[in-house]
Amino acid sequence: MSFDFNLYVQYGPTLMAGLGFTVYVCALAALIGIVVGMVVAILQGLPVPPLRWVCRGYIEVIRGTPILVQLFIIYYGGPSFGLVLDAETVGIWGLGIYCGAYFAEVFRAGFESVPKGQTEAARLVGLSSARIIFRIKLPQMLILIIPPSINTLIMTIKESAILSIITVPEITKMTIQMVNETYAVFEPYIALAFLYWVIIEIVSRVGRAVEARISYL
Amino acid sequence: MGLDFTFLPEYAPFLLKGAGIALLVSGVAISLGIIFGLSLCFVVISKNRVLSVLGRIYQSLFRGTPILVQLLVIYYSLPVLGIDAPPLIAAMAALTMNASAFQAEIYRGGFMAIPKGQIEAARVLGIGIWRTRVRILIPQMMRSVIPPLVNDSVSILKNSSLISVIAVVDLMRVSQQIAAVTFRPAEIYIVAGAMYLMMNLVLAWVGRISERRFGRHL
Repeated sequence: MSFDFNLYVQYGPTLMAGLGFTVYVCALAALIGIVVGMVVAILQGLPVPPLRWVCRGYIEVIRGTPILVQLFIIYYGGPSFGLVLDAETVGIWGLGIYCGAYFAEVFRAGFESVPKGQTEAARLVGLSSARIIFRIKLPQMLILIIPPSINTLIMTIKESAILSIITVPEITKMTIQMVNETYAVFEPYIALAFLYWVIIEIVSRVGRAVEARISYL
Repeated sequence: MGLDFTFLPEYAPFLLKGAGIALLVSGVAISLGIIFGLSLCFVVISKNRVLSVLGRIYQSLFRGTPILVQLLVIYYSLPVLGIDAPPLIAAMAALTMNASAFQAEIYRGGFMAIPKGQIEAARVLGIGIWRTRVRILIPQMMRSVIPPLVNDSVSILKNSSLISVIAVVDLMRVSQQIAAVTFRPAEIYIVAGAMYLMMNLVLAWVGRISERRFGRHL
């Protein structure tokens, strides 16, 4: 068994294109996830039981089923509901809705960490609900939600590998293509594992830096 | 076009068998993960620097790469290394290796929560290091690690759907086969999702019960 470095010269551009696509998909999915998660966490905190049940249902179902099943329902089952989407769109939205449930739990824990008395006091002095969320709760919970948010982001990056199964041309898909074309196994997969490890290491380092900055505020 | 579940009873035995395989593989990974995870945890917290660093590298590798990649690497490298393993064994090996890395971190957190004074007291009383671990540390740690352990087990069960990619006929693979025959992917994947959800709810419920049992004496 020999290690063929020439493969990397030949397939370097392919792998880099895949890497770029992985970063692009994850960034969009995380953005969707953060927005969905924040909306769900806020709705869940409102004193409207049916709304709370819907939010709880979303979180439990999404967190209790494999993302592969969710992607298959949207991608292959979608046409039954008149929903015909290409793999890339399904990948981004599927991953976004998936990590949204995890972000919602992170944000819920954050909101709950702010003492109730503060909300009551803010209401007494006449602050609106939106102002209470954005000016009182969010700044205080920020430091608490950053570490679990980074973890959720890392999870999202790792789950994005599964998008290769529905043919999204991200890094894992490109690597599998390289394996199929060259019959080499070690070289492509070692590069793949290394690239994921690099992305995740960067994200966790940036996360720690952000955390350190915010805790000085 | 609406949903039509009437064709399902015919395929129920296949789905149940697929769910059985998913449970079997996850169960093996979770239980072996307890043994290997605890061992790995002792390696990582050991005083021997070389061992500790090696343990950390293993953890970093398995926690820092997608499980799909681990599964593909293990499945496709085994033949190159001259090991002829059927997909089922490769799947169990990959999930177990992944679970061990995550569980080791959970146990490390559990040990951290136990006051150091207890270990020192045990040493003063002349209790050996292994006896201290088995009789003093592990029983106390068990209760605090159950909630994260249940979370991890849920992840393993969900990740087990990926073994369909290396041709293990688990619930996911069976669903794909049924979808290919009936042309009803929406219905079949919704049912598969519901089955995974049910298994995970049972797992969470078992977790809550064992948490109460282990906490009885505390």
